[in-house]
Amino acid sequence: MTARIEIRNLWKEYGEQVVLEHINLSVAAGDFCTIVGASGCGKTTFLRLLLGEESPSRGEILLDGEPLTAEPGPDRGIVFQRYSVFPHLSALRNVMLGLELRGAPLSGRLFGAKRRRARDEAAAMLEAVGLGHALEKYPDALSGGMQQRLALAQSLVMHPRILLLDEPFGALDPGIRADMHQLVGRLWRENDLTVFMITHDLKEGFHLGTRLLVFDKLRHDPDAPRAYGAGVTYDLPVARADQRTLERIEADVSRSEALAPQSAEAEQASETRPAAQPTAGADAGAGARKGATTP
Amino acid sequence: MKRIINQRPRRGAALLLGLLPFVLVVIVYAFASDARLTANPNDKLLPSFATLGETVSRLATEPSKRSGDIELWKDTAASLQRLALGVGIAALIGLTFGVLLGALPYLRAGLAPFVASLSLIPPLALLPILFIVFGLGELSKVVLIVFGIAPFIVRDLQQRVQELPREQLIKAQTLAGNTWQIMLRVILPQVLPRLIDAVRLSLGAAWLFLIAAEAIASTEGLGYRIFLVRRYLAMDVILPYVAWITLLAYLTDLGLKQLSRLLFPWYHGKEEHA
Repeated sequence: MTARIEIRNLWKEYGEQVVLEHINLSVAAGDFCTIVGASGCGKTTFLRLLLGEESPSRGEILLDGEPLTAEPGPDRGIVFQRYSVFPHLSALRNVMLGLELRGAPLSGRLFGAKRRRARDEAAAMLEAVGLGHALEKYPDALSGGMQQRLALAQSLVMHPRILLLDEPFGALDPGIRADMHQLVGRLWRENDLTVFMITHDLKEGFHLGTRLLVFDKLRHDPDAPRAYGAGVTYDLPVARADQRTLERIEADVSRSEALAPQSAEAEQASETRPAAQPTAGADAGAGARKGATTP
Repeated sequence: MKRIINQRPRRGAALLLGLLPFVLVVIVYAFASDARLTANPNDKLLPSFATLGETVSRLATEPSKRSGDIELWKDTAASLQRLALGVGIAALIGLTFGVLLGALPYLRAGLAPFVASLSLIPPLALLPILFIVFGLGELSKVVLIVFGIAPFIVRDLQQRVQELPREQLIKAQTLAGNTWQIMLRVILPQVLPRLIDAVRLSLGAAWLFLIAAEAIASTEGLGYRIFLVRRYLAMDVILPYVAWITLLAYLTDLGLKQLSRLLFPWYHGKEEHA
């Protein structure tokens, strides 16, 4: 069986600056990948590459064995941290929009029986994300959590092959965030989704997904901080990972974060990390997949 | 005692404060007019309120001896028709090009500098050309208004389109939207209330161009009348006409504001929360 997403020797550079280097990754349908890493480590760039908003400098990304289209399309759903929903449409219309755009290339509107079908489908999806009571409300009248629920429904109604989540709960209160975790977990199971989720919150990454990808620099040159990009330094089946691994990764990530203004320690840190990695994999259990570690 | 920046009038007080300058102007006028008329009963510069009232009622109810029309209404209809045509056409041009330039980078690269240059040409400097090309009739007046405000509306709406969050346009693409659909269902409906804002802002300029064109070549219209009676120092006509124009402009602005609230409640929700 071909993997849902196959990434081969992916590089992304902006002029002199290398953002991502040498990433090889194979993600099966049904995986829930959470992506963590220090700020500016390229995890958002990685998501934009998957989305098609950016193209790789080298290497390729295959979706179900086919090269990815170089612009966003309906096979990939996205929920951003903000601005994912359309302020001029009610919740129901927001969710219907995708069905209407797909069904009516010219007018972008459906009529008659087709419209009723789209309406029912959208209403059912809103019900599934817990917005059954707010069909006619405009996004402005919804709380942050409800807007993210709406954005999820909007994407899911298109049945995308992969769902990309860019820090979707970053702006929410902790209590609401827990509710959203439950919701996303349930939607993932019920709809057979393949998910990539960026998060700042390592705990969230650890408990929500089936596979944790940590992005970090593999090499570091303090004199030329832009010369090396980030790769995948940990690739763990987190369902079986233990607390100690979590703590170690947390320490690694926060060290990288602290080193953002480059110093001599940076070199040390990046030298010690590859050594730490196999142990981390062992802690996590036999199933740890080896990521793109050594260039 | 609170800082002055923290002291806010209540609703009723705010209303009274707002009325105060108007009342003051009326009072000052009444005194000045009275002083001049006492010195010279034939003074024409500051007619009394009684004279103003008589003139207004004559203009608004009695047919003119020369033409047989009631002048105030005839002038108003002529001016408003020109204004509506000019502003309407400018809004249509502004909306079309604003959305296209905002949404399509290639078109923007090709046309935005041109539109920017157009908007810098002083429209009144073009008036002679318009008279030569389009004649002295209605067309040149309408074209002057269009030329005066359309570039501003185009640039404003282009800016508004470019300000739409990148996330929204990406999202629309993941919802299977093509370029046309995204312009039609995502961009256009979101700039309509902004079009109303832009039109409201350009109404003042539209009136300016209208009056200027009417003053120079016309046979009816509010601007024409003001400039016609200027020769007779007929302040009893000019002052009510100016007040009337101001009232019309105010009502148009208010009407557009209410229309926007009625049609686009989602757009005004934010303001009230803010």
